[in-house]
Amino acid sequence: MLVHIDQDKCCGAGHCVLAAPEVFDQRDEDGIVVLLDARPPAELQQAVREAADVCPAAAIRLEMV
Amino acid sequence: MATAAPTPTPRLTAPAPRGACPFAPPPAYQQAHREEPISRISLWDGSTVWLVTRHQDVRAVLGDARFSADAVNPGFPFLSAGARELASGKPTFIRMDDPEHARLRRMLTGDFMIKKVEALRPEIQRIAEELLDKMIAGGSSADLVRDFALPLPSLVICLLLGVPYEEHDFFQECSRVLLRRDADPAQVRAAQDSLVDYLAKLTESKRTAPDDGILSRLVARGELTAEEIGSMGRLLLVAGHETTANMTALSVLALLRNPEQLERLREHPELIGGAVEELLRYLTIVHSGLARVATEDVTLGGVELRAGDGVILMLNTANRDEQEFPGGDDLDVSRDARRHLAFGFGVHQCLGQPLARLELQIALSTILRRLPGLRLAASFEELRFRNEMLIYGVHELPVAW
Ligand code: SF4
Repeated sequence: MLVHIDQDKCCGAGHCVLAAPEVFDQRDEDGIVVLLDARPPAELQQAVREAADVCPAAAIRLEMV
Repeated sequence: MATAAPTPTPRLTAPAPRGACPFAPPPAYQQAHREEPISRISLWDGSTVWLVTRHQDVRAVLGDARFSADAVNPGFPFLSAGARELASGKPTFIRMDDPEHARLRRMLTGDFMIKKVEALRPEIQRIAEELLDKMIAGGSSADLVRDFALPLPSLVICLLLGVPYEEHDFFQECSRVLLRRDADPAQVRAAQDSLVDYLAKLTESKRTAPDDGILSRLVARGELTAEEIGSMGRLLLVAGHETTANMTALSVLALLRNPEQLERLREHPELIGGAVEELLRYLTIVHSGLARVATEDVTLGGVELRAGDGVILMLNTANRDEQEFPGGDDLDVSRDARRHLAFGFGVHQCLGQPLARLELQIALSTILRRLPGLRLAASFEELRFRNEMLIYGVHELPVAW
């Protein structure tokens, strides 16, 4: 799984961090999403899928590789 | 060319009255949800708009840039005369679309991000304990709204903004007017103006005497006028205290009415995070729905909507949608309710939700821990529910312990 984020779309609500804190963080100045791990290990992939699903701004895109 | 669907005649009105259960959405909307999930409805001003009741459709509209939140668009539906009056003035970013919406909202996202909010935990916990100390010292019964549910988020948002809490009578009165569905438009305008004026003056004073609140930080950015900061501050102040206050009181009431859920939460305090999500879903206090207008022709759930069609998105029926939440009419504190739409969805989704979550978790767990004998001190039938307000709840919650 390859994770893409679009910081221009992100509205900073932080669901991704709640769902998968190992993979997503928020930038200190403005709360915009930061990607910690673009290729999350298998055990985190369900949480990442959830993060992409609850992201209200559709700022997280998953690519299955 | 697609053939236009025949336009059904309006059969529902907004707002519709609640039924026997004051926690459940109005029966007329639940019926619409079952029989015609995207239906026509007439508003107070005689206009006809779409009522969208399913989880998937509400989520789709809120995530779709072809639906605008900007009230200058022709056809934008207003839920009250007061709302229409406010839209004719200076809008805040909740009534803007991107990119302008995003530019302004991003000035605040840093203040409400999870890490920042989490750092407030000890302070919020201290405030909660102090309010309860005072309430308990005052006897064995109280109005939980007045003595706990309202002051807690008010104190916190004042602290964050840099607004003196001593002014709370003034701004709580203003927001009561702003949130009344049946308020006179002139009164709404006056309440709005005096709140923005007050905050603009306060903002001016921060130029010479800055603190570390949000108003001061917005001043320091140097991108907005005092009046613009005042409007933004108004939005945060009103949204920051009324919503959490009503969620807190209504949640306590819902738990008292569902004693087995209350016991479960008392025995398993670690369930509080999920319980708050479930309560947000079950109660959905933004009960008159969210308004949008289509800016292009859009097919939604098999129904053709035209550019200029107003849309009312019923968050409360969406949050009880059986497709998404089986058994959704029951409160179940161990349900996974994370996909609820109580904070809205899309780019306008509630900015303050990490703070709201933390406040609710602290408020509810502290009440449960400190008041083991908590009970309702009035009959359930006597309680005054906030049907006439834009944010649902109870006006008072008499409790004893
Ligand atoms: S959930 Fe989406 S909008 Fe929210 S912080 Fe993460 S990427 Fe941004």
